[in-house]
Parts: sequence; structure tokens; C-alpha cells
Amino acid sequence: MAEKKGGFWSRLVHGLSKSRDTMGTSVDDALSEFTSIDDDFYDEIEEILVMGDVGIGATTAILNNLKQKVKEQHVRKPAQCKELLLQSIKDEMNVGATDYRFEHEKSVILVVGVNGVGKTTSIGKLAGILKNEGRKVVLAAADTFRAAAGEQLDIWAKKADVPMISGQEGSDPGSVVYDAIAAAKARGADVLLIDTAGRLHNKKNLMAELGKINRIIDREYPEAYRETLVVLDGTTGQNALAQAKEFKEVTNVTGIILTKLDGTAKGGIAIAIHSQLGIPVKYIGVGERIDDLQKFDADQFVNALFDVKASDLQ
Amino acid sequence: MAFESLSDKLQNIFKNLRKKGKLTEADVKAAMKEVKLALLEADVSFKVVRNFMKSVQEKAIGSDVMNGLNPGQMVIKIVSDELTTLMGSEMVDLKLNPQTSMTVIMMMGLNGAGKTTTSAKLASKLKSRGYNPLLAGLDIYRPAAVRQLQVNAEKIGVPVYWDDKHEFLPPDIAKNAVQYAKENGFNLVILDTAGRLQIDKDMMDELHEIKEKITVDDSILVVDAMTGQDAVNVASSFEEKVGIDGVILTKLDGDTRGGAALSIRATVGKPILYVGMGEKLDDLQQFYPDRMASRILGMGDVMTLIERAQQNVDEQQAKEMEQKLRKASFGFDDYLASMDQMKKMGGMKSVLSMMPGINPSQMSQFEDAIDEKAMARTEAIIYSMTPKERANPEILNPSRRARVAKGAGVSLDEVNRLCKQFEQSRKLMKQYSGMLKGRKRRGFGGFGGLGGFKLPF
Repeated sequence: MAEKKGGFWSRLVHGLSKSRDTMGTSVDDALSEFTSIDDDFYDEIEEILVMGDVGIGATTAILNNLKQKVKEQHVRKPAQCKELLLQSIKDEMNVGATDYRFEHEKSVILVVGVNGVGKTTSIGKLAGILKNEGRKVVLAAADTFRAAAGEQLDIWAKKADVPMISGQEGSDPGSVVYDAIAAAKARGADVLLIDTAGRLHNKKNLMAELGKINRIIDREYPEAYRETLVVLDGTTGQNALAQAKEFKEVTNVTGIILTKLDGTAKGGIAIAIHSQLGIPVKYIGVGERIDDLQKFDADQFVNALFDVKASDLQ
Repeated sequence: MAFESLSDKLQNIFKNLRKKGKLTEADVKAAMKEVKLALLEADVSFKVVRNFMKSVQEKAIGSDVMNGLNPGQMVIKIVSDELTTLMGSEMVDLKLNPQTSMTVIMMMGLNGAGKTTTSAKLASKLKSRGYNPLLAGLDIYRPAAVRQLQVNAEKIGVPVYWDDKHEFLPPDIAKNAVQYAKENGFNLVILDTAGRLQIDKDMMDELHEIKEKITVDDSILVVDAMTGQDAVNVASSFEEKVGIDGVILTKLDGDTRGGAALSIRATVGKPILYVGMGEKLDDLQQFYPDRMASRILGMGDVMTLIERAQQNVDEQQAKEMEQKLRKASFGFDDYLASMDQMKKMGGMKSVLSMMPGINPSQMSQFEDAIDEKAMARTEAIIYSMTPKERANPEILNPSRRARVAKGAGVSLDEVNRLCKQFEQSRKLMKQYSGMLKGRKRRGFGGFGGLGGFKLPF
């Protein structure tokens, strides 16, 4: 167990190394630079968090929480603040226990998101992971809009060695979903993974189409456990919140996949999502390889972000 | 509310400012604080915001704002001017060689920024300007990337060059593509490179190598308008390691506040050439810094609206329409004509979105109300009438209405409803034109008249 954790740990730290360089070291610098806890100190922390895409809303909440803690515990030295800051962030990120029921039950996972966030790639990786866990997976290529989207998924399907159901480009995605459900039932699949076309969340018609797909699943496959994952690009700023929120309005979003965290994005958007929306991030993508899609753990994530070893805190 | 747009925010702030007769230094500071928060929420880089605040505050407090007649407007002007300056004060175009020689454009950016789609859009745009473009698929990494380019290219009738035998690396494919273009009478090559992270050294070197192998006239960075604080790092890394000549912002048709545009412009100083506004292949638009600035400030993209109106609204027709409206003698024909004008200007939604004072949240309400399909149905009903019926709607008796309903493939109810609404509009116009008589008309041309015409849907 310890070793497995270490493996994930190093990958996460490695993937986030660039981000950590900025958020983690900036905080450390601030902590050693300032001699007293005053408004300037808080302003500095605010700036670091905002620049890390934590967003002004979550940042303000975190700072209030921190100020409260500092007051209660009579802390005077900035250097003693780090643990309190991390705790404040973790408090803000607490959305209760995250479950992964689709790993054990007959389920349908609908994957949605705006264009170019990495939906198809994430699905490919997820299919590989579930398949390795011994689950019987069927993929549905319901992105019938983007040129060659089906082919991209097909390559992933072959890589993961799972069957894929697709339709003609430009055909009705609802019909693909319908066919895929029939296929999943016929083959006795454990998990049906549905890839949908990227859609900007402010496009009414496309969002309505998603509603239709939803209804088809509910009607044709009511016995399946429903999981709806929104894929968000880790480099997206505060608009990621708007995206998640709009998708939540048309489908029952149960979790988030945060991709592209191997870039220089600070990853602070994960904090913003938990704090402002209360939807759990379930997976994060930290690289190109199939096993670079990892289950998300808020505490570990925060520790990694600020370069704290778990042992330091105990 | 956390998700208010920048326009909403600033409008609210300045609404408060307008209410006060006099503007104090404290007011400016309070407003500035809100502007700062709004800009940060819009993902404008923190450093850019800080500099921006500084210069605006200096100007606002130092100038005649306090004694000005309308202090709120003065602050808006300063903020807007400053935003415009940040965005780059004028529009810039691609560096294109004369059509007698070769131009090479390289598209680059992060994964998922929209390079492939934008490449096709750009090819289509330059093709319509008389160039003979060739698209080159250099993304040998992402599954089916070249296929995506091919499908899009086919739609716009532009050929794609690619390494179908998988023999070469991107720099050589680029070289071969340019060679192929020269031999086959193309005068423009657009290189669609793979998406890459700016910290991936090998991949960045690849771009550099392409530029060493061939002459690239324009290195275009494609940036997702929704990018967060990282936009600055992305742009500066690409500038440093490869060199950028211009930027294309994509996905601006989302509800993003587009702070990335500001950040990139302010930090790297490279012009934004085009903006991607939709999924269709002709949705690449010129970037107008001043219009963008006023749009961000919620003052509407009035310039574009006026320009389009001038292009499309026939002066004579507008005058006639106004006369008819005043006399309330208009028939269904005139209604069709006015709908047609609206369509020429990009449809009701597009016109509304450019109107000052209409912010995105109101816009979405309108979107619900304006069902463009319903408008098309209305059109079908009108087209099913005889010319005589269109000119004299009052002759539409039940049997005529039944015939029209059959012809248009709608229910009799719908025809009845349209006729009734039309009758009401006419009545309304009669009253309205009585009120207007002798009063000076505002707005441009016959447009003011149209505004008062309650569309029957």
C-alpha cells in the first residue's frame, strides 16, 4: 500500500512540478520574507493564490479561514502559517467522501465538456484503467460532430482492447447512444463509457442535445448506475467554474476530470471547483501515458501543490 | 454572484457611480476595487491587473473627474481608453507576401487550443482573398489529427499535404510541403503543427527546427480564450523559444470573459489578429481592439452594428418602411422585408448581442424568447399567402386562413395567432405614430422605426 501510494505520489509531484515551482515556492518565499502577519502578508498570499488560478472567490474564503485560525491559535510568525494555510485550503476543498461506485456496479459513464479539453483522451485512459481492473468495457463514440473524433476514439479503443460503437459523422448522437446501450446489454458489459461532442456550455441547442442523450439513457438503461463526468482543462481559468455549473444544469454531474495538469497551470482551479461548486474532482490527468490519469485526493493534491511531504505534517 | 460577467460587474459599478452627483476619491477607489476583482475573475493576469489599476487610478484621480459634469462617464472613458491601449490601439493584419511569391504560416499552441480548426478557417479566409492555399498536417502525434484536418479541408476545398508513409519528422514534412506547394502552383502554405506544452523542450525545439528549415512568414500562436493565469506564461515561452508574429484567440463565442486577450497583449506585446467565434468554418473574424475593449466594458459593440447596418440596410427601403409604419399601412410583405434586413445583419441574436446595455445574462433570456425556428415558421406562413393577402391582411377570412395553414404545413391556430398579433401590432403602431408625430427622431435611418415595431412572435 505504501509503495503504491509512493508511486502515485511521485507521479503527481512530477506532473505538478512546474506548478509547484510557482505556488509552493512563492508561498515559501513569502513565509520567510515577511516578519509579521499583517495586511501586506495577506495581500501577498492572496496574490499567489489568485495567480495560481484559485480564483478570487475561493481565495477570499481561504484567507478568511486562515485569519480566523491565526487569531484563534495566537500565531505571530509567518513561518508558522504554512500548515494553517494548507489546512484552510483543505477545509475549503472538503466536499465529503468521493465514491467510485461505477467501479463495482453495472454503470454508464457519460463524459461531457467543452471543446478541446481532452474528453476523448481521458475516456481512452479511463477505458484502459477499468479494463485492467477486470471490468468489461464498451465505448460509445457519440461525438458525431467533430471531424475524425470517432477515429481518434477508435485508436484508443484498440489500444485498450475494448469494443467501440459508433455512428456516421453528422448522425444523431442519440441514436449512437441507443445502439451502444443495446450493445452493452447484449455483451453483458459492466461499464458503458460514452464520449460526447465538445460543446460550449452557453450553446443552448447543444446543451439540449445533451439533455436528450440523458433521457435516452434513463429510459433504455434504468438499471445502470449513472455517473456523469465533466472534463475540464487544467489550464482554463475561472471559466472552468462556469462550464461545470452549466453542465450541472442539464445533467446530473457527479464528478470532474481535470486534465492537462502536466503543463505549467498551477492547478489552483481544482481548489476553486471544490470550494465554489462542491463537485468532487475524481480524476486528474498529469501526462500522456494511459496510467497518467489518476484518482484525485484533495489532501494529497494540496500537499503536492505546496511541496509538503505527508510525513512533515504528522 | 460569482459568475457575473465583466460587463455586468462594471455596469453595476458605474450604475452606482452615475447615481451620485459628485465623485469623490473614495468613490474612485471603491470602483477601482471592483474593477480589479472583475478583471481578476475574468482571468486577466494579476500583474497586468496591478499595472492597469495603477495607471487608471493615477489618471482618474489626477484628472478633472471630480469637477466633471458626469463623473461616472469620465471613469468609464478612462478605464475604456486604458483597456484599449492595453489591447493594442489598432488592428493588425497577417504579414502576407504578394500572391506571386510564397507565404508560409505556422500555427502553434497548446493541446486543444483549436489549431486544426483554425488552420482550416484561416485557409478558407485567405482563399477568399485570392490566395491558393495548401494545408500541411504536421501533427504526427495525436491520433487522427491529420484526418480531422482533411475532413475540414475538404469542406472548404483546400488540399492537405501530409506524410502518408510516416517517413519524416515534422520539420522535414514542412520542408516537403513547401516544396510541393512551389511545384504545384500554391502560393500559401499553412502548417498545422501538433499541440504542445510550452515546457516540453523537445517539442519546442521541433518548432524552432521548422523555422530553421524553411522561411516562416507568420508564426501564429493559437490561444484558447478561456485560458487562465497561465496565458502569460504560455505566450512568453512561445515568444522566447520560437518567436510569435501574431495571436489568434479561439472559442470567444463561449461566455468566457477573455481576460487572456488582455494579458497576452500586455505582456508579450504581440497583436491579436483574429478571433474564432464559432464552430463553422467561416467563423474567423477580424480582431478590433477598441471594439473588444468597449464590449468588455458592456458598452456594446456599436461600431460593428452600425457598420453592418450601413452595409445592409437600403436607405430608400428604410425610408419607405418608416412611412408605412407611421401610417400603419404596412402589410405582411413589409414584415418579410424587415425580417430579411435583420437576417442580413446576422440575425436577431447577433444584432442584440452588439447592442449597448444588453449584457450576456440578459442575452440568454432573449435567446430563449427569440426562437429563430419560430421566425422561419412565420415566414413560411407568409409565403403561403397570395400577394393580395400579404398587402391586405384584413381579407384573410377563415377559408383563406385554412388554405394558408395547409400550404405552410402549420395548424390553423398558428395562422390565426399570427394574424391576430399582426393586427395588434398595427393598432399599436397607429397609436405610436400619433405620439411620434412632430417629434425629432432618434437613432439611425429607419432603424428607430423598426425598434418600435413589435414583431409578431
